[in-house]
Formats: sequence, C-alpha cells, structure tokens
Amino acid sequence: MGLNGAWAIAWMRGSAAVVAEHRVELITLDRDIGDGDHGENLDRGFSAILPKLDEQPADATPADILKLAATTLISTVGGASGPLYGTALLKASIAVAGQEDLDADAVVALLTAARDGIVLRGKAEVGDKTMVDAWTPAVDAASAAAAAGESPARVLAAAADAAWGGAAATEPLVARKGRASYLGERAIGHRDPGAQSTSYLLQAAAAAAAGEGAA
Amino acid sequence: MSGGAVGLVFVSHSALIAEGLIALARQMAPDAALAAAGGTDEGGIGTSFELVSAGIAAVDSGAGVVVLCDLGSAILTAETALDFLDDDVRGRVRIVDAPLVEGGVAAAVAAQTGASLDEVVDAARSAAGGDPAQHGADEATRAGGSDDPTASHAAASVTLRNKDGLHARPAAEFVKLASTFAAKVVVNGKDAKSLLGIMSLGLVKGAVVELQADGPDAEDAIGALASLIESGFGEV
Repeated sequence: MGLNGAWAIAWMRGSAAVVAEHRVELITLDRDIGDGDHGENLDRGFSAILPKLDEQPADATPADILKLAATTLISTVGGASGPLYGTALLKASIAVAGQEDLDADAVVALLTAARDGIVLRGKAEVGDKTMVDAWTPAVDAASAAAAAGESPARVLAAAADAAWGGAAATEPLVARKGRASYLGERAIGHRDPGAQSTSYLLQAAAAAAAGEGAA
Repeated sequence: MSGGAVGLVFVSHSALIAEGLIALARQMAPDAALAAAGGTDEGGIGTSFELVSAGIAAVDSGAGVVVLCDLGSAILTAETALDFLDDDVRGRVRIVDAPLVEGGVAAAVAAQTGASLDEVVDAARSAAGGDPAQHGADEATRAGGSDDPTASHAAASVTLRNKDGLHARPAAEFVKLASTFAAKVVVNGKDAKSLLGIMSLGLVKGAVVELQADGPDAEDAIGALASLIESGFGEV
C-alpha cells in the first residue's frame, strides 16, 4: 500500500485496535509506576477517532487524518498522553502537509516531527523513562533505513522494531518525568507504559503500510 | 465583575479540588474572575482540554489570564490549550508554575485588588518561595516603632485586637489596603503587599505589628493600615 490517506486511516484504525487489545496491559504497567489510567485513556481517545474516520472524504491526505486524530486525542484522552500524542500527531501532520503519498523521507520527517512535538510538550529527554525513549530510537532507525534506500513500509517497520527495543530498555531506568518520577528507584524493573504504547502505535503504522492493518 | 481585571483558571485533575479552591479564594477575592477546570469532560479524574479552553475564554476580559495547574498532565493540557488560542489572546495568558492552593489564593487576592497581569503572576509565584515562616508573636515583645520625621518614612506599632489575628480574611483586607499606596510598606520584616508573606508571620491576638513605610505617601499608608488593625477588622 502507498502511504496515502487510506494508509493513515488504516493506521488510526489499527491503533485503536491495538490499544483496545492491550488496554489491560497498559493499565497494569501504568498502575505499577503511575496512576493506572494510560490504557483506559488511550482506548477512549482512539475509540473517539473511529467514527470520525468514516466521515472523511476520499481525497483526504495523511496530514488531514493525522490532524483529525490529534485534535480528537487532545480533547478526549484526559491524561498526559492526550496532549503528548495529540501534539505529536499535530506536528507530524504539519510536517507532511499537502502530500498525498509519503515517500521514505516523508516518513522520517513525520516521525521526527512527532518525536520533537513530544519533547517540546513534555520536556523529557532520552533516558528519562518516558515515551521519548521509544520515539528517539524509532526516529534514528527510520533515518538509517531511509538513508539505506528502504521502502516507506520498511522504514516504518524499522521504526516499530526500534521503538519496541526502546520501550524494553526503559525497564532498568529511574524515571525523571511524569508520575513515575515520584517513585525514585521503585520504578526500576518496570517498563514505561508510554514507551510501550508508542511501540504499539508504530507497529500499527507499519502493519497498515504492509497491508496488514485492521480493515 | 470589574472590567479589565485579570482572570484566573484553576486546572486540576479533580473537579472537587478546582471548585474547592474557588470557594477558598472567594473568601478573600469575592469579585475576581475565577474559573474551575477540574476533571475530565465526563467528570472523572484527569484534565480536559475543553474545560481549560472554556475557562480561559470565560475569565478573559482582555487584561490577561493566569492559569495555575496541579500535577504534570494538567500543565501539558493547559499548554496545549494555549497552542490553540489566537495569537493575540495567547499573548496575555500565562501558565504559572506555583503551588495550586497557595498560589491560587495569592493570585486571586492580587486580581481582586486590580493588579496587572505581571503582578498577579508575581503573587502566584510568591507562593513558591521557600521563605521560612516567621512567628511574629514570638518576637513581638519589642514595641514602639521609631518615628522618622522625614516625609518619606513613617512607622507605627499596633497591637492586634481581633480574635484570630492576621489570619486569611483580615490579612487579605490588610494586603488590599496596603496595595493602594505607592509607599513600600513592611510588616515585621515582610512585604505588606504580599498576602502569603503576611500570613506566614502567624500574627495572633495580642501580637504587636510593626509597620514601616517608605515612599511619598508613607504617612497616609501607616495611618490607614494602623487604623485598620486597631479597628479589629470588624471582628471585635
């Protein structure tokens, strides 16, 4: 599948599905070191996007879909992940504005803008035990894949794999941002729920590009 | 509502906290433009982009809006709401990093006195200062201010008569009156225009209040403030 508006719609549908599937896991991760609402909040946010996707015109661009998802998440999630993912998708939307079919470089620009939006909003750095620890390896892997001449779908797959590794690598960290930062060393051994959800969302993006997205 | 006053938005994960803070602040700032943005749209625990945006719009008279937040994601939600404002509105909205309750009360009192946006921001921030509380009652045995004959300085010592001393409501009344003078007024070493500074003195009935003022209207300021204290704030 080309990375067009239909891909963006498939990505968002896939995100809603993967978040719903892992809702309890995300709640559990968040309950361990946070306030326990991450899975529920994301499920509510992505569920609210679904009916709006059906109303999109056939010529909607990826940017249009990302912007719709961004504003919906910002107004429905209710926790930190709403402004964070909302800002990420809004910045991503701006980065690919007007493009009907994203090439590998556009995918890198999209992911980079999303990560930068999260950093701007949350002021977290790599190693703070946040979703940035999944996003930054994803951006780096996507850049490397694009530079190596990989297809847009392969670039997304590389990003999703790296995000998964980044999320796993949050386990030994002490949190320096968010609720988990109140726990000090007690956060060690727990995976950051935001990094975990990031890897699910990027898996959904890659699956949609590979034609495996939820229909 | 007085036209052109700075408005305040209290952003909390809990609707009860935001609304409770308004009730608390109203004791001292009955006319200030205050909006509660607590909880999610469905009334759960969390923060709502819509409620924050609506709160800013509700209290924005053009003089500016100060937004105070509780935990992390409240700040993220408020910052995101600011991103969606028109440029001219965003220019007069400030998110202030200050303790929600203490900062909110101090900012509300400042807004009530007609303070500028910068002054309300400063009042909220004053709550974050680690200024150790002074217990004036312990050191108030020293009586008798030294009257300076020059026009720019005035001083007086007055004994608190009302039952609860300079607690919240009288302290707010005192700060409001002090703020109407140009002179710099100091109460037992604390800025008389800082509500939290005055309250941190913990002055109780029988404590001696030492007033010092410097400025063009120093005499008037001391006279008025001493009279207010002697009046017992309507509580005797």
